[in-house]
Amino acid sequence: MVDLLAKTACDGLAPLNIGTVCLREGPTVPMTTLAPYRGQQAALDAALQAAHGLGFPPIGGSCQSGDARALWFGRDLGLLMGIEPEATLAQYAALTDQSQGWAVMQLEGQGGEEVLARLCPVDLRLSAFGVGAALRTEARHMQASICRIEEDCFQIMVFRSMARTMYHDLKTAMEAWAARG
Amino acid sequence: MRIAGKGQGADAKTVNFTFNGRHLMGRAGETLAAALLANDIHLVARSFKYHRPRGILTAGSEEPNALVTLGAGPVQDPNQRATTQELYEGLEARSQNCWPSVEHDVMAVNNLAAPFLGAGFYYKTFMWPAAFWEKLYEPMIRRAAGLGALSGLADTDRYEKAYGFCDLLVVGAGPAGVMAALTAGRAGADVLLLEEDSCLGGRLLAEEEEIDGKPAQIWLQEAEAELQQLDNVRIMRRTAVTGAYDHGTYGALERVGHHLPRQHSLKGSQRPRECFWRIAAKHCILAAGAIERPVAFRNNDRPGIMMAGAVRAYLNRWGVAPGERVTLFSNNDDAHRTARDLVAAGVHLAAVIDSRHDAPDSDLYPVLKGAQVCNTSGSKRLESITVRSVRGEERIQSDCLAMSGGWNPSLHLTCHLNARPSWRRELLAFVPQVGAVPGMRAVGACNGSFSTHAALREGAAAADAVLAELGLRVTAAAQLPEAEDQPYRIAPLWAVPGKGRAWLDFQNDVTVKDVTQAADENFRSVEHMKRYTTQGMATDQGKNSNVAALAVLADVTGRSIPETGTTTFRPPFVPVAIGAMGAGAADQGFKPQRFVPSHLVAEERGASQLEVGLWYRAAYFPKPGETNWRQACDREIMSVRQSVGVCDVSTLGKIDIQGPDAAKLLDFVYTNTFSTLKQRRVRYGLMLREDGFVMDDGTCARLGDTHYVMTTTTAAAGEVMAHLEFITQVLHPEWDLRFTSVTENWAQFAIAGPKSRLLLNDLLDQPLAPADWPFMACGAVTVGGIQGRLFRISFSGEEAYELALPASYGDSLFRTLLERAEALGGGAYGMEALNVLRIEKGFVTHAEINGTVTAQDLGMQAMMSQTKDFIGKAMAQRPGLVAPDRMQLVGLKPIGAVQELSAGAHLFDPEAPVERIQDQGYVTSVGFSPLLGHMIALGFLKRGASRIGDEIRLVDHMRGIDALCQVVEPVFFDPEGERMRG
Repeated sequence: MVDLLAKTACDGLAPLNIGTVCLREGPTVPMTTLAPYRGQQAALDAALQAAHGLGFPPIGGSCQSGDARALWFGRDLGLLMGIEPEATLAQYAALTDQSQGWAVMQLEGQGGEEVLARLCPVDLRLSAFGVGAALRTEARHMQASICRIEEDCFQIMVFRSMARTMYHDLKTAMEAWAARG
Repeated sequence: MRIAGKGQGADAKTVNFTFNGRHLMGRAGETLAAALLANDIHLVARSFKYHRPRGILTAGSEEPNALVTLGAGPVQDPNQRATTQELYEGLEARSQNCWPSVEHDVMAVNNLAAPFLGAGFYYKTFMWPAAFWEKLYEPMIRRAAGLGALSGLADTDRYEKAYGFCDLLVVGAGPAGVMAALTAGRAGADVLLLEEDSCLGGRLLAEEEEIDGKPAQIWLQEAEAELQQLDNVRIMRRTAVTGAYDHGTYGALERVGHHLPRQHSLKGSQRPRECFWRIAAKHCILAAGAIERPVAFRNNDRPGIMMAGAVRAYLNRWGVAPGERVTLFSNNDDAHRTARDLVAAGVHLAAVIDSRHDAPDSDLYPVLKGAQVCNTSGSKRLESITVRSVRGEERIQSDCLAMSGGWNPSLHLTCHLNARPSWRRELLAFVPQVGAVPGMRAVGACNGSFSTHAALREGAAAADAVLAELGLRVTAAAQLPEAEDQPYRIAPLWAVPGKGRAWLDFQNDVTVKDVTQAADENFRSVEHMKRYTTQGMATDQGKNSNVAALAVLADVTGRSIPETGTTTFRPPFVPVAIGAMGAGAADQGFKPQRFVPSHLVAEERGASQLEVGLWYRAAYFPKPGETNWRQACDREIMSVRQSVGVCDVSTLGKIDIQGPDAAKLLDFVYTNTFSTLKQRRVRYGLMLREDGFVMDDGTCARLGDTHYVMTTTTAAAGEVMAHLEFITQVLHPEWDLRFTSVTENWAQFAIAGPKSRLLLNDLLDQPLAPADWPFMACGAVTVGGIQGRLFRISFSGEEAYELALPASYGDSLFRTLLERAEALGGGAYGMEALNVLRIEKGFVTHAEINGTVTAQDLGMQAMMSQTKDFIGKAMAQRPGLVAPDRMQLVGLKPIGAVQELSAGAHLFDPEAPVERIQDQGYVTSVGFSPLLGHMIALGFLKRGASRIGDEIRLVDHMRGIDALCQVVEPVFFDPEGERMRG
């Protein structure tokens, strides 16, 4: 039997510490999109609660329970991260494995908001985008998912194939932000 | 000349800089203009058209004259205003638009030709012969006229773009802006305070006055300290708002690095030069102040003639006297402050010339009432002025004339959404219209309220109104600080009558005579006058000259100023480097790069990369000894035909579709039927656009009862996804199904060739049972315990499979596949080989599906179901789309010893002349088939299907190719498809 090695999306991209902000790849976890069928959102919400202790995420938000997190991921779409969904959920929603499809990065430290303000045309001030807020937006020319997972920590996701560009753009913004001080 | 003990930066450290190579010293924090004046340098630049000697006119961003070039080589910065450029250690500035030097400029000869160079000169003179314009006249004019020059090298400076959000955007930090920010900030609003200067204060920095019973500077320091304490207030210095746009968005330019030495440190190299901001604000308070306007009189452009307010700024803020024997010329009371401040500072004031007969008297200096300055003299610096009054003309020795024609509110932003300002007769100025920009309130001087008291009052009141709309509690009305509240008294004075040239627009060398001439030649509309004379069309956008120019136009056309109207104010308010607007888009930053899971392996093997949309795909994998790409390509093709080849096809769009109505969607979106497709089987499908033309093709696999995975071409993946969204959101929202892109989740490799099954059986955890894996089968497999998917499909005509594994294993899987393929005599193949393989088989790509072809054109009419409806079905029946003389897909092979065919070539009947109207079709794809030993091509030919066997002439005008070809069926190899089904 062959022995295949897995590489993460950000393989070869070193973690960065620039000024007060650091960038690193997020932990490798299962990711599944949850797309409720017609009229099944409430049932899915209840089934999620029963199975994993979290609900279907509200628009622009996320739900968390232990290591599991459900992000709002677009129109009628959630992304379950951190756990494999129970198979019974499939009666309420199309479940699609996306564990390998996205590069997940975490931008942590004071100034993360300022760094992202160089890339994303959305209001990420704490007052408008609190802990747990999640949205889909543009990061430079890439479509991204941004979630504030802690007060000073953002999770940034782009398509796996664009990991290098996202890393480059974040690095440039971090350097420029640090060079102002 | 520096005045000891005067100025706010008196204790600042000394910095060294050079101007035109001369080593000079200045104070840290002051502007280049202040430092030049302190060093008694008045001749700074040459004018645009006449190359007249020019000095420093203003003390702000409106400066038209004192433009300099900083730096050299790739980082050369032309047209930097000496009045905003802050001094730093080692700054090197030089004059521009002059040769050999600013002191002795050869092109000053233009000044002698001035009588011929008036308004419309170019239009009248360079009309004929027409061919001369591009070759001779334009280059000549460009060389003679102009401002600074670019280096011609790629800019190595970094620039940045950013987005900002706030409840309240305050534009300008003079007394009105600071008061507004304080009021709103104290109540908890999220305030963004933008100031284009390096420090807060606005006009207060230039004046000697008191606020709240203390020097204005102290009040400012206290206010700034309080603002900095407030977490909800962000202060951005050196940031000018450049434009007001829809829905409360504003553009702003932050000068991040212009005031700092170009360090050779890492940090210095990473610091952006400028940052272009896009700010979304719920409310805006415009406190942009006002700009003092010059008076037009003969020779009013000599170095040493400055704005009265600017003279006060240099005196009070930077402790510099711009002259030893100063005179003042004004039509308003405000300018008399300059006289008082100069006398108080011990500068000799020769005379105050006021055009009004009721001008205020003074014990400190002589006031010539009802008098006007009508001429000046001095070559590179002002030497004397001529004053005309009822007593006749007299000359007064003076090396600095401070002039003031009144103040123009800086209302530019209020006009960016197309509102026009209103004329206030008692102010002789335009003021903003209320509601000109939704959500914006103009306060203070930019609203025509010129006293400090009025500025503070309006700033606070506007902030209160904003707070009420934001629903924030207004804190107990803070006592408004006490401040001067002098009335603004002014009498009209735009241009002093008389002979000679009196400048209106200093930057574009437009005089009163030019405006008069424009009106004489019937360019009477202000917009026509502007374009005819070029008034207001330079980098200062006429900040100093607009109102005076239209006042002159009003006068000569016998209309009032409001009747004449203003020209249109457009963004940007200050010049913005293109580098800032395009920040991040230079080099590879223009678009994201998408890399396939096997990218690293391809790089290691020296594969040449091909850009396909955003994707980078390996074109071919060279081997030692191969000297050109064709050798590699031919080898790869033969390895697929003879053993086994491996190619990364992860870029193809993969859309996962699930739900009870999934099959309905597929039947509707494809021309052929998918509801009948068995599980574990794949079918080729064709999609049309609504208009009946082919949109995309690909395969779709049925993984389960209600579970499909659709494959699209790389090029149309996004388009198909949007197409499916449209169908399910708009046309059939009642269908119960969901779909999502899984393109990125899978690394997918084509394994093609007679030995493909051999390779797979050795690799897969379970070998393939032949009965389960006929052509077009699919199913789950495991490789090294990893769950994957296998599809038996072929784009090469060989027995072939596509193996998909989670993307994280892509790198490792590709290495394994190559190792095993090479052991079997095969190897990797790239896009070049893939292309030839599919041309040999007549399989189409977007080279053929180019948006103008129908299913019939492709010979795929049999795939158009007669028994169901599908997108594009009705429109595909239009007469033009089923006409018998349409171009149809054919194959082409050269006759005789033809070496080359080319895509893009056109087809002609061999006997017919090669003329556009004889065009019979065109070539879409070509390749060299090592199997057949010659080039092969696909193309579209009129009635092609009925012309198989005919001869056709292929002509490529661009590449000079002219070849005789035979029309053949569009399949060159294994027409029965036995190899791939085998």
